[in-house]
Amino acid sequence: MPVSSTSMADRIETILTRYPNGKRDALIPLLQDIQEDLGFLSRQAVLQVGRHLNLPASKIYGVATFYNQFRFEPQGRFHIQVCRGTACHVKGSAIVLETLQQHLGIGPNQTSRDGQFSLEVVACIGACGLAPVISINGEFFGGVTPEKIPDIIEAVRRQDQKDPDHDQHF
Amino acid sequence: MITIEVNNQTIEAKSGQTILAALKAAGVTVPTLCHLDDLPPSGACRMCVVEVEGRGGLIPSCAYPVAEGMKIKTHSPRVVRARKTIIELLLADHPDDCLYCVRSGNCELQKLAEQYGVRERRFTGARSSHHLDTSSPSIVRDPAKCILCGRCVRVCEEIQGVSCIDFLGRGSRTIVGTAFNQGLNVSSCIHCGQCILACPTGALREQDCLKEVFNALKDPDTFVVVQHAPSVSVSLAEEFGMKPGVDVCGIMTAALRQLGFDRVFDTGFSADLTIMEEASELARRIRQGGPLPMLTSCSPGWIKFVEQFYPDFMPHLSTCKSPQQMMGAILKSYFAETEGIDPARIFSVSIMPCTAKKFEAQRPEMIHDGIADIDAVITTREFAKLIRAHGLELSRLAPDVADSPFGMRSSAGKLFGATGGVMEAALRTAHYLLTGSEMPIEPIKELRGLKGIKRAHLQIGELQVGVAVASNLSNARALLDEIAAGRSDLHFIEVMTCPGGCINGGGQPLHADPQAISERMKRLYKIDRDDPLHCSHNNPEIIRLYRDYLGEPLGERSHQLLHTHYSERTVYA
Repeated sequence: MPVSSTSMADRIETILTRYPNGKRDALIPLLQDIQEDLGFLSRQAVLQVGRHLNLPASKIYGVATFYNQFRFEPQGRFHIQVCRGTACHVKGSAIVLETLQQHLGIGPNQTSRDGQFSLEVVACIGACGLAPVISINGEFFGGVTPEKIPDIIEAVRRQDQKDPDHDQHF
Repeated sequence: MITIEVNNQTIEAKSGQTILAALKAAGVTVPTLCHLDDLPPSGACRMCVVEVEGRGGLIPSCAYPVAEGMKIKTHSPRVVRARKTIIELLLADHPDDCLYCVRSGNCELQKLAEQYGVRERRFTGARSSHHLDTSSPSIVRDPAKCILCGRCVRVCEEIQGVSCIDFLGRGSRTIVGTAFNQGLNVSSCIHCGQCILACPTGALREQDCLKEVFNALKDPDTFVVVQHAPSVSVSLAEEFGMKPGVDVCGIMTAALRQLGFDRVFDTGFSADLTIMEEASELARRIRQGGPLPMLTSCSPGWIKFVEQFYPDFMPHLSTCKSPQQMMGAILKSYFAETEGIDPARIFSVSIMPCTAKKFEAQRPEMIHDGIADIDAVITTREFAKLIRAHGLELSRLAPDVADSPFGMRSSAGKLFGATGGVMEAALRTAHYLLTGSEMPIEPIKELRGLKGIKRAHLQIGELQVGVAVASNLSNARALLDEIAAGRSDLHFIEVMTCPGGCINGGGQPLHADPQAISERMKRLYKIDRDDPLHCSHNNPEIIRLYRDYLGEPLGERSHQLLHTHYSERTVYA
């Protein structure tokens, strides 16, 4: 369910109260807390943090874009992580990523317009034996090839229709 | 003093100085890209590296202090090779369109590539692709040409206190951008253009309005009028290789006639008009109890700054339009009426030292029934291009005088070009308005010079008047914070957005050093000393305008044409 902007502001405000008299060194923990709660950093969040810490929005955005961990769009119903670690790279993860981007029409750190899919590139998810590997809402798919991608996407969609609360389990 | 050895020669240096500063003082040139005088070193570009005996690696001279007996080589083969490699790497991800670039012939990267003999492409690799940001009415950003030196970022944050831009992303994907990487138009950018002056390449430039001006000049049905700001005549000459501080006002007027402008007016006239209104407003606020201090409103970057960062101070801003907009409003009303020209047929151009003036001219408050007070704003730099494009040689033009009735100005109006100038001009007229007698015309020393914040307390009749002058917005911010904290001895504050005022505006000739800015300023002071007419309220054309058309300062017609209002802005900041 989409979060309304007022309740979002309230939730951010609650997190900010955990950092009274916050200085700039509170920035990263604060952004982490907000992302943990909202799933992403909204513009409103960046502006509210800026007011709280007396930092310009450009600076906060600069810091947040420096780190891979922060995202600026809500995750999709299906959050796909593509491993681009060394083993996966050797086994062809570049073409896997490329195919996923084309198939879903989104790039890394983006969410499809219907809110169904989001894509993230990760360095290594520790499943080198399955390379190249992707993870969808925490479920691993190993030995992925470009040809298998449409089937994998279709399979998770179907499973979701059977069990609409599927992603809640992760 | 300590002694160091540079390229086998002994030179003296001050202890605590950086190597770069010591070299510069001794006349040894070391190339830099990210260095900015007066700001802390960032050491980002490594162009300034030198060899220091006994140290293994190359040392960035901008960020390393001198020490007694230090032996430095500034152009050893190793140093030169390192610098050349840096240039080659920068060029590996730089568009090869120098021929079409606005900074061709004027670009620090191009110059260094030439100096270091880069004549072939040694590195080829993936090129980053970027969107051109043309959303701002004043400034165009082209990240493809950005070399990430960070000068714009530091100027915006440390000089202007705006922090509209910062480094986004990481590593090879780093770019300079606004919060959320949005267009400048919705950002906290105040359009001052100081970033353009700081940029070594073509990554930042003004939004070009020459095409509109060309088209208007070509069209026989359009009546094209032009005004030029007080600081333009003392800086334009530098674009043509003359030394800083030469005044080319008359020659410029002649050039404008040759270019085909139907009338040439002087913004100094409407600066006088601004003073009439602003000094009257100050006198009224003093008599009627505020709100004080009154803040000047001539500098459009400053206005946007207040609207977005200090909305509580909006009632303190003078309601006077800036001289550019006052001239524009008078040209499309009184002038159009007396000359019998339909205002819709008039194309009003202004030549400004400023990029924010482009933004100001497009503010909705400055457009009435679809007719804008000002139709096109060009910077000093664009004006120089216009002159060159028409093959005009300034040295061959005989000085000419501006048109009547808006060509005559007092020297007070001319002072508008430098920090403190509006204040001095306003005080002369306020003194007259408050006491009925003329103020002795001599420079108010406390208000002159390039200092960032200047203050003075003056006796005007019975009243002890406190005034302050700030140039650059970090200084303005400091003053506003003092007032917000309860400081109450000030009646009037002048703020100019750019350091030193319009003489150092974002639309002025590039690569001006502090000495050049100071020469421009001295020339304005000289004009004030030598001109016979010192006060706005004694300008006969101003007196006539009030008699024939406006009535009195702050009267109904003035209110309608010459005053404006402000509104709080929500920006991503």
